[in-house]
Amino acid sequence: MAMTLTEKILANRAGLAGVTPGDLIIAKIDMAMATDISSPLTIKVFEDMGADKVFDTGKIPLVHDHLVPAKDIKSAEFSKIMRNFAAAQNIEHYFEVGRSGISHQLLPEQGLVHPGDVVLGADSHSTTYGALGCFATGVGSTDMAAAWVLGETWLRVPDSIKIRFSGKLPEWVSAKDMMLLVCRDLGLEGGTYKALEFGGETIENMPMYDRFVFANMTIECGGKNGVVLPDETTREYLTGRAKKPEAEWMFFQPDEDATYCRELNYDVSDMQPMVARPNLPGNVVTVEEVEQVAVDQVYIGSCTNGKIEDLRIAAQVLKGKQINKTTRMVVVPATESIYHQMLKEGLAEIFHAAGASIGPPTCGACFGAHMGVMAAGEVGVFTTNRNFVGRNGSTESSVYLVSPAVAAATAIRGVITDPREVL
Amino acid sequence: MKINGNAHKYGDNVDTDVIIPARHCVSIHEEDLAAHCLEDLDKEFVNKVKPNDILVAGINFGCGSSRENAPIAIKGAKVGCVVAKYFARIFYRNAINIGLPILECPEAVDGIDAGDELEIELSKGIIYNKTKDTTFTAAPFPETMQEIINQGGMVNYVKNRLAQSN
Repeated sequence: MAMTLTEKILANRAGLAGVTPGDLIIAKIDMAMATDISSPLTIKVFEDMGADKVFDTGKIPLVHDHLVPAKDIKSAEFSKIMRNFAAAQNIEHYFEVGRSGISHQLLPEQGLVHPGDVVLGADSHSTTYGALGCFATGVGSTDMAAAWVLGETWLRVPDSIKIRFSGKLPEWVSAKDMMLLVCRDLGLEGGTYKALEFGGETIENMPMYDRFVFANMTIECGGKNGVVLPDETTREYLTGRAKKPEAEWMFFQPDEDATYCRELNYDVSDMQPMVARPNLPGNVVTVEEVEQVAVDQVYIGSCTNGKIEDLRIAAQVLKGKQINKTTRMVVVPATESIYHQMLKEGLAEIFHAAGASIGPPTCGACFGAHMGVMAAGEVGVFTTNRNFVGRNGSTESSVYLVSPAVAAATAIRGVITDPREVL
Repeated sequence: MKINGNAHKYGDNVDTDVIIPARHCVSIHEEDLAAHCLEDLDKEFVNKVKPNDILVAGINFGCGSSRENAPIAIKGAKVGCVVAKYFARIFYRNAINIGLPILECPEAVDGIDAGDELEIELSKGIIYNKTKDTTFTAAPFPETMQEIINQGGMVNYVKNRLAQSN
């Protein structure tokens, strides 16, 4: 039976020889992650279910990332609920403030997700892990509580959309620009209930850090999960960090005659930097086409583009330059180890010299909580993933989504700018 | 069980950020969340909605964030049922899990205007528009979902599983 990558992963973890779209299966779970904002409800439901022990203390990563360091008393109380639960349950992968980061960068960094795994996260961007060739999806707190009790979850096998990129990506154009194009073409709902399968020569030649963007923003098209075809680059990334032994990494590949419900093919050779206009991630135009508006704030961070490589790109653009005097810039490294690396490499000095503020690792302003929230009438240019009404602050603010290179160039000029114009 | 109420109608892609903005998500209590239900889409909603009223919306209702606070806020606002053309998948599972009645029926959505008086027979998926005297039938739930509904939500479903294994 010919299968897509997602079908092969699900069949394996359901103990079946094969699956087809629409099948209802019970899959074994490799990791079931929750954060400081989603765990309090999960913990309450877990208790309501009459459970006293999680199914495996090594498979429940608990991550302080959304409201940390505690932004007010209510968030401090929320963090405490997860902290107490982690201690009571003897949770192995508990990430305290200062040793944590945004879960979707932290889990891969810590080697907690592997090709072939089934991973659930009580956060919609949990799709990110699929960049390593695993099945990963977001769930709510009740599904997460059930997973903590049972160690398994029910899933409907999704149809797959085949997305392939060919051609050499021009300099200063990145996976973020490619994914914004996919968001434009699929729209906010084109991937609903479906798996997005990413591959092709452009991705084969792409480092691991940029591949995460595809799986991460899969949810912006409504996708159930996103997978990138795993290869030697995936293997190199895992080597030395993966918690599972190499023999257990399952490098599935789709069959050539697998059935897809839709195919998208792109040649990226002449691609331009892209911009998602307010208030939808799919409202996408090229940087050349976008309106010239005065930008109040540039924000570099999030589970999409807060990696060390993203910071290096931004620093390269900003080096020796000053941020426009009517624009402010906030840089938020995704994890503590990225923060540390940023300091070691001298990137923080470049950001500070240019006039940017650097915040501690947090989801922060990406979901409108703190560390750079927008006021009414303000315009933001963010490297994040979502620009819904009110997402990043006031319902009367406007946010544009871009790559780190475009964000840094925009900070210099104060209007949305192609990085190639300032270099 | 029949649900009688008036329709509150919204468009496509109503996301969970507008259903319950992040600034209110530092609570897990139904009443705290209900007080801000749909705040960033329609500030007047919480003042207009009456118990058992029906929320009617277009495609992809509940897209975006996985926050379960969203269906809890709607349930807490005493909405009797949400009828949409279809739901974003995480919201769909969350709603069933917590026992918020939802139905998928594109024809019904097109055939309902704001303020219409509706009667919904949940177990049969029948949506009767009393104002226009038209009847629609919603799509049946997948087998696993129906099983969770039959057991009264996910908490009971897991409790029953645990009881079986003991």
